[in-house]
Amino acid sequence: MPNVSMTVNGKAVSAEVEPRTLLVQFLREKLSLTGTHVGCDTSQCGACVVHVDGKSVKACTTLALQHEGADVTTIEGLAQNGELHPMQAAFKEHHGLQCGFCTPGMVMSAIDLVNTHPNPDEQTIREGLEGNICRCTGYQNIVKAVKAASDNMGG
Amino acid sequence: MSSETGIGASVRRKEDKRFLTGKGRYLDDINRPGQAYGVFLRSPHAFAKIKSIDIAEASKAPGVVAIYTGSDLADDGVGGLICGWGITSKDGEPHKAPAHPAIAVDTVRHVGDQVAFVIADSVAQAKDAAELIEVDYDELTPVVSGADALASGAAQVHDDVPGNLCYDWELGDEAAVDAAFSSAAHVTKLDIYNNRLVPNAMEPRAAIGDFDAGTDEIILYTTSQNPHVARLVLSAFVGIAPEHKLRVIAPDVGGGFGSKIFIYAEETVCAWAARKINRAVKWTAERSESFLTDAHGRDHHTTAELAMDANGKFLGLRVNTIANMGAYLSTFATSVPSYLYATLLAGQYTTPAIYANVKAVFTNTAPVDAYRGAGRPEATYVIERIVERAARDLGMSPVELRKRNFIAPDAYPYETPVIMTYDSGNYPLNMDTALKLIDYDGYAARKADSESRGKKRGIGFSSFIEACGIAPSAAVGSLGAGVGLWESAQVRFNPTGSVTVFTGSHSHGQGHETTFAQLITEHLGVPIENVEISHGDTGKVPFGMGTYGSRSLAVGGSAIMRAVDKIVEKGKKVAAHLMEASVEDIEHAHGVFKVAGTDKQVTMAEVAFAAYVPHNYPPDLEPGMDETAFYDPTNFTFPAGTHIAEVEIDPDTGVVEVLDWAASDDFGNVINPMIVEGQIHGGVAQGIGQALLENAVYDTETGQLLSGSYMDYTMPRADDFPSLKIETTNTPCPGNPLGVKGCGEAGAIAAPAALMNAITDALGVEIDMPATREKVWHAAQSVQQAAE
Ligand code: FES
Ligand code: FES
Repeated sequence: MPNVSMTVNGKAVSAEVEPRTLLVQFLREKLSLTGTHVGCDTSQCGACVVHVDGKSVKACTTLALQHEGADVTTIEGLAQNGELHPMQAAFKEHHGLQCGFCTPGMVMSAIDLVNTHPNPDEQTIREGLEGNICRCTGYQNIVKAVKAASDNMGG
Repeated sequence: MSSETGIGASVRRKEDKRFLTGKGRYLDDINRPGQAYGVFLRSPHAFAKIKSIDIAEASKAPGVVAIYTGSDLADDGVGGLICGWGITSKDGEPHKAPAHPAIAVDTVRHVGDQVAFVIADSVAQAKDAAELIEVDYDELTPVVSGADALASGAAQVHDDVPGNLCYDWELGDEAAVDAAFSSAAHVTKLDIYNNRLVPNAMEPRAAIGDFDAGTDEIILYTTSQNPHVARLVLSAFVGIAPEHKLRVIAPDVGGGFGSKIFIYAEETVCAWAARKINRAVKWTAERSESFLTDAHGRDHHTTAELAMDANGKFLGLRVNTIANMGAYLSTFATSVPSYLYATLLAGQYTTPAIYANVKAVFTNTAPVDAYRGAGRPEATYVIERIVERAARDLGMSPVELRKRNFIAPDAYPYETPVIMTYDSGNYPLNMDTALKLIDYDGYAARKADSESRGKKRGIGFSSFIEACGIAPSAAVGSLGAGVGLWESAQVRFNPTGSVTVFTGSHSHGQGHETTFAQLITEHLGVPIENVEISHGDTGKVPFGMGTYGSRSLAVGGSAIMRAVDKIVEKGKKVAAHLMEASVEDIEHAHGVFKVAGTDKQVTMAEVAFAAYVPHNYPPDLEPGMDETAFYDPTNFTFPAGTHIAEVEIDPDTGVVEVLDWAASDDFGNVINPMIVEGQIHGGVAQGIGQALLENAVYDTETGQLLSGSYMDYTMPRADDFPSLKIETTNTPCPGNPLGVKGCGEAGAIAAPAALMNAITDALGVEIDMPATREKVWHAAQSVQQAAE
């Protein structure tokens, strides 16, 4: 079996994987980072979004082996010293989650959205989150949270 | 009490931290030592006889632990899945309940039906092996539409169910309705289809069966909204293990919307197989499996007729519905198009005579059961669309027509002709509040503006009602329910004054860990961070009935209040002893016990400590501060409200833009307004999804599910709607100690009719859900052509 090495949440990791192992399987099964979820089998739901070299990626759509040497951040790597990332804090403050299943992917996508579109308006946020499905919240409070977080990020 | 964390405060959720940091513990996040993995081989055909199954090759594949087929389960005495609600047809016959084996034995009846269960050391190995199983099918012609199922010559889904008729049930006074129609000045008639939906909780269903050979206990981890009900059914009916040797754990569950109430084949097979192989076995659905096998929702064909006098006063309502049950009866399937549906057909109106006939039928499709609202959205959809249609027929304002027929705010308790007694409400107030929110006075100008841009604008109303807080056990028992629908709670003080509440309710997004803690904080003065809510494990919490039908707060919360009462009662005795007063003189409020008329007091924490360290303690009192209560509601609760949708349609493209949404809902008292608003958002989004986007479509020839993935089944996404304007009104529920009514389903109940009424208002013709661009474009073109 081939070996893959990468940095995940700031830590160097290395493991043997079957070539068909998806990045999301690598994170969940090899590294026990179960915060990254799998909600579909057609790359549509965004529950699996992580950051690879700072950009959001659907981890169900890419093989672990493709990320040799990459710098990966998952939902587990966001909070620093017990302090929630501003996006996480805003989701809590504005009730942007209910069952929480879509939340890790939603938060990771939202951070990338704000990084690429500082100070987004409502329409930009709604369109920017088009790749993430949430069945619980109706998105309204997610939009509110992203807006609020964008005020606290990037500055 | 600190109003920041008590009743009525938008307390930020206690459960959020773990979900936001990736520390939630959903089913697929759990792994048992040495666990194997299971994969189901599923039927590719909608209807076929199984001539033979050959597992020889597959059994030899790498990593395979075992392969089981339907006959293995049968040989082991494993019973079929059951439906827990008996419906009696109008001829007095009980509903037809054909066998529902967890793995098909000789016939497959829908695409995705279980054919074999392959267990291997890894998922990949199990999948590889499943491909080596040879099944010889004899294909049959399927039937997929409920309406087609009743036609003569239709495929017979079950040999022992002639004509595919599960039941032919009625409610109401048919003769009174006939009389009302014969004296009517106007009759409005409408044929509508309530489209089939796939629930699509974002966490796919999953299960781990585990077996402890030392204690003979089976532990089933499963994505359930009601783990005790699962245990009861699997033990008493399916025969997996005695109840005390079966522990069911539903950990963090990623959404349910009804679909995780039911006892499914897969969890049954995992629980059974774990003992067979003496090893844990895990199964996690892929999304395509969820589409094929999660119980679907809705799927009603309905003809409704409304009789009115010359002033638009409703005289009678006649409703005929064909409800598609799918291939087998899911756990509560029979109750949905009967007692959860026809009993709500009075809506918010004084209609004196109502008659409903419902034919439930089998087809070669996935089973249909409760989905957010369950029967009540179907009822609201029928009433609110026909009322809107009637207003158009009469040339009357839909607001005025509704107001003329609303039950008056002083008419409670109000008995409807369909066996419900509404306990409280103020329907005109909700209408007026919603009208203000949407700026109804400015609507004409907005419509003119749209027209000047070549667009069609429409406004639509939905004044919904639902029966929640399910339900008084004796009442539902008399209507055929196989269970009681009370709830349990245990309030346990720890010696240091913190509290653990064990609840039979189950949270899968509703925020119980916060709302229930607020009750304890408010009533017992315990800081909210010192209250822990425990749920979802039959090994920990008292037997409980779970979460569905917007019941958790009204029934589960009321059970907590009963337990709190017991704590206070006992606490008074301890406090009296500590303060050397008589019990009659002790007053309690918010966790402080006082001797009336003095400044002597002790806190709940001191009392709890004394109860666990009873050095100075009433001699005839048991130590400990730990009380359990069961609460059986006396009536349903009746949340109600009005939602108004405003849309703009581009007749050249068929694009419907939802411009604005106003909702005024009466949920009785509200414990956490932030959570309630979130429930409305989510419910409305699902309702808009049904009206605009979602449709489970089976091919009529082959019975294949055409919309079986997110590529084909359109889920509502963030850019499909605007932010909603929401207000709540409050007529407290007189029936429970909290005065609450429930809010989980309201949005999904109200929304479809509001949106379809807006769209048909804009178009000027009736169309069915979902109002896809293609359908809307065709309708707009046909109106255009007719006008030319
Ligand atoms: S799991 Fe659905 S997009 Fe990756
Ligand atoms: S919070 Fe449940 S799917 Fe988004």
